[in-house]
Amino acid sequence: MAAPLTLLLLVAVTVRAALFRSSLSELISERVEVVSPLTAWKRVIEGLALLDLGVSPYSGDVFHETPLTIYLFHFLVDYAEVTFMLADVITAVALYMAVKDYNKQVFRKQKFALEADRYPLDCLELIRSPKEMYYIPLKVAMFYLLNPFTILSCVAKSTCGLNNAIIALFILSTIKGNVLLSAIFLSLATYQSIYPLTLCAPALLYLMQRQYIPVNFRRASFWWFIVQYAFMYLGSLFVIICLSFFLLGSWDYLPSVYGFILSVPDLTPNIGLFWYFFAEMFEHFRLFFLCVFQINVFFYTIPLSIKLKEHPVFLIFMQLAVISIFKSYPTVGDISLYMAFLPVWSHLHRFLRNIFLVSCVLLACSALFPVLWHLWIYAGSANSNFYYAITLLFNVAQILLVSDYFYAFLRREHHLTYGLYLKRKDGSEATLVLK
Amino acid sequence: MAAHRCSFSAVLFALWGLSLLTVARGQEATLEGNDRTAVVDNPESVAGAAEQAAGQPAAEDRRWEATAVEEVSPTEAGGGSDSPAPKPAASPPSVPRPKDDFQEELVIRPLHSGDIYTSFQFRTLWETDFTRENKVSHYRLFPKSLGQVISKFSVRELHISFTQGYWRTMQWGQPYLPSPPGAELWVWFQDSLTDVDGTWKELTNVLSGIFCASLNFIDSTNTVQPSASFKPLGIGNVTDHRFLRYATLPREIVCTENLTPWKKLLPCGSKAGLAVLLKSEKLFHSSFHSQAVHIRPVCKDDQCKTTSWELRQTLNVVFDLHNSGQGKNEWSLFKMFSRTLTEACPVASSSKIYIDITDNSQGEQFELSPATPLLSQAVVLGDRRTFSVYDLTQQITFGTMRSLNLLIRGKSSQGDMLRPLLHAERYVAGYGLQTGEIHTLMYNNHPYRSFPVLLLDSVPWYLRLYIHTLTVTSKGKDNKPSYIHYQPSKDRVRPHLLEMLVQLPPNSVTEVTLQFERALLKWTEYTPDPNHGFYVGSSVISSLVPSIVAMDTNNSRERPLFSSFFPSKEESSYFVRVYTEPLLVNLPTPDFSMPYNVICLTCTVVAVGYGSLYNLLTRSFQIEEPSPGLAKRIANIIRKMRGVPPL
Repeated sequence: MAAPLTLLLLVAVTVRAALFRSSLSELISERVEVVSPLTAWKRVIEGLALLDLGVSPYSGDVFHETPLTIYLFHFLVDYAEVTFMLADVITAVALYMAVKDYNKQVFRKQKFALEADRYPLDCLELIRSPKEMYYIPLKVAMFYLLNPFTILSCVAKSTCGLNNAIIALFILSTIKGNVLLSAIFLSLATYQSIYPLTLCAPALLYLMQRQYIPVNFRRASFWWFIVQYAFMYLGSLFVIICLSFFLLGSWDYLPSVYGFILSVPDLTPNIGLFWYFFAEMFEHFRLFFLCVFQINVFFYTIPLSIKLKEHPVFLIFMQLAVISIFKSYPTVGDISLYMAFLPVWSHLHRFLRNIFLVSCVLLACSALFPVLWHLWIYAGSANSNFYYAITLLFNVAQILLVSDYFYAFLRREHHLTYGLYLKRKDGSEATLVLK
Repeated sequence: MAAHRCSFSAVLFALWGLSLLTVARGQEATLEGNDRTAVVDNPESVAGAAEQAAGQPAAEDRRWEATAVEEVSPTEAGGGSDSPAPKPAASPPSVPRPKDDFQEELVIRPLHSGDIYTSFQFRTLWETDFTRENKVSHYRLFPKSLGQVISKFSVRELHISFTQGYWRTMQWGQPYLPSPPGAELWVWFQDSLTDVDGTWKELTNVLSGIFCASLNFIDSTNTVQPSASFKPLGIGNVTDHRFLRYATLPREIVCTENLTPWKKLLPCGSKAGLAVLLKSEKLFHSSFHSQAVHIRPVCKDDQCKTTSWELRQTLNVVFDLHNSGQGKNEWSLFKMFSRTLTEACPVASSSKIYIDITDNSQGEQFELSPATPLLSQAVVLGDRRTFSVYDLTQQITFGTMRSLNLLIRGKSSQGDMLRPLLHAERYVAGYGLQTGEIHTLMYNNHPYRSFPVLLLDSVPWYLRLYIHTLTVTSKGKDNKPSYIHYQPSKDRVRPHLLEMLVQLPPNSVTEVTLQFERALLKWTEYTPDPNHGFYVGSSVISSLVPSIVAMDTNNSRERPLFSSFFPSKEESSYFVRVYTEPLLVNLPTPDFSMPYNVICLTCTVVAVGYGSLYNLLTRSFQIEEPSPGLAKRIANIIRKMRGVPPL
């Protein structure tokens, strides 16, 4: 398995290196779909330039990276391309190892269930074979590394790649069962962009499942574990925040980074839902809708973790997707992270309802983004509504994709309990509906 | 009113008596003073004569000297007695000056482009201290509205200008008083003031009312605190830029409603004196119009023991030859202003018209009538200029017609202008509405001297500047600024401020480029005509330009007003401020007609996400039982009522 992965990494690095050297990289790094005000490399450079001038980078409204990022690039600015390629490689390898480990567990669980005769007889078609699961980790790595979205994001040197690497390391350490590392990487991811905070629910569920701690509010062991994890998480978050404070000697970065993410003052177009909505918002409703939209991102955690408490890895996938759709400054780099998980759910394909339509819409939108941007910004023959319409469509397609996978996952679970070929009372073939 | 006037004259009388008593001692002092001024005067006139002699045939010399002698006598007389008494000859030179003093002046300079540059200056001096005495209630010549503003808002220095049109430095040379298109306001506050920003906000609102201008649009998003470019022009040593506020409104339109309140600040209003000429229908029918008010503390005398407040009101107009003339190169006061002069302002201690005849020493360029015997020389903007002087306080100036209608009849319009040593231009490069680049070009036309300039750029926050893209090149080489002061913008709070000190090599063009990104604003933040674009105020370039002739560093000496605004500290260079063009930048716009649609559509998409997840979360899979048909259901209801088992 190592050889194909190495080959894949080589191909991925070669493609990126070639693009870095080409004239396209300049063009790509200006694309609003690829870089947001939070992640643009141009703004990192600007922050460094401001530091050189002796001005606090957070005194202006151009730089919104965290202090650790600016210190990282203070030393690595000359090796930025290598850093970003390395971040992609780390993400891919971490996901590869995580999925490999996860598949092993899935397979073991399935074996136990089969031995215990827990599956209905007609469900044998749904049982996953080691042969089809063998290539899934490699496919995950490939989906991440060769996804055009990831490549664009890397070539544009969007710091989204770094955030993805941190989240991937978090997933790896969680799946490997390392509580401390999981908490540390989660706090790092939260520190970088608040939203990964919601991933603590799946992490807790997974780690408890692994340590055979029942999810039961009346049990002391459950609470004890939560306290432990929260202590490690908050402790490392505290250390990181204090470290940033001592690096710059002021708390300026808190409003400039987190206030900027939460209050959405910069309305630069992107692929998300926020920019045009808040550009066109009536001033006195602004705060209300801001709260609604931000709560919307965090809110799904609770019902999803209740529904999926037996399947934390699928919950991670769902959370990543929800974040990347509803976050305030999404870029294609965020999408590529949750899309890398799609091969893990390849066994759900028989239950997907409109995957063809959704993939067509996603492809068409990706092609139309630059076209309509050009028509609006350069040609002047279209207006902002055109670009906005495409972002709407793109987001609807993403929502349909995610909910389709969710549906398929739930349906498979239902079949594994009740049998694949269900019959009505009168014996005729039944159809399954949501009620 | 009459009683008031009586008491005033009584006070004057008492002063008169006092002065008679002290006349013996005073005589000595004034004699000494006159000697000193003569000493100061002499080397210059000698130097001037020498220059003239070198440049011109000896035959011309005589006329020049004769007139120069004639010129010297009135200035001596005037220099000794600055009293506003109507008969200067009769008043003894030692009468103590009244507490305020008013001077008016008009400079007319025929430009090489064939246009005429006219510059009015009105100066009111008042020996009072608004800051020490708590309440100044008695106002004579100084306008009360401005006096109250100074004392209430602890203003140390106030400069405000309203300009319509752009000064074309390459065609017209340097103006006596530079100003950027639109409105410009900069104020130094007293260092005792604590809440500078609050006071600034109030002050702009008050000035907005006084001048009928949109100065109330000055807020934190267009106010900056330059660290080096705007030093106090009056006396005072506080240069902490925390007490300085500078703002421009490049979009401000200047018109009659701004001129009328400006004229009302003059002691004579527009009833008498030079202000009679200020008729708006003619003034605004010009290529360039700029009116300004400058208030600053100045030294009362040479010792500078006490300060007095100086109010300078200036008005600069460039009349376009092709705009109003019928092809004839002929100008007169009546033609320019549709008025002629009949008298000086009665309260003015001096009232003069200067006409720049430096390029016209033999009358080859234009012909001036009525001719005047008085000549004057002044060193202005690094150049020694010669002026014909008309003293309006002398009755002889008005001649038999009792009115003065100056006539300038041009003969030939060609002639090469001395290229201004420093000028600048600016433009926006790039296409599309995403990014752009500001180019500022600064020209040093000096053949062999390089000099440093201070460049000040204040750019609104919605053009996000990237300071790392700043490049300064001259003669194809990188020219690193020796000082950079950069303050990045805060969205909706404050603009970018960039100040830098750049050395301009001799005879070169220095190009400063800076990239920016255009922001998408909220739909309510756009102006009513968003596709017109957004204005970016002029860059300000301040510099000490090497001078060809020695500059006059003695600030207390009587000089024409137009040559004494920027005090020069050294003889070898003079201060120049150059404003570039304001920029007009387009921003991407949202569709203003559909906020409802956008809110509905976006909420629909969010609802699709919420709904589909909600569906999957709350419902469970069930086997679909086919629902019975309508007829069957009705039949079942009837059977239920009958107590029969359903079908």
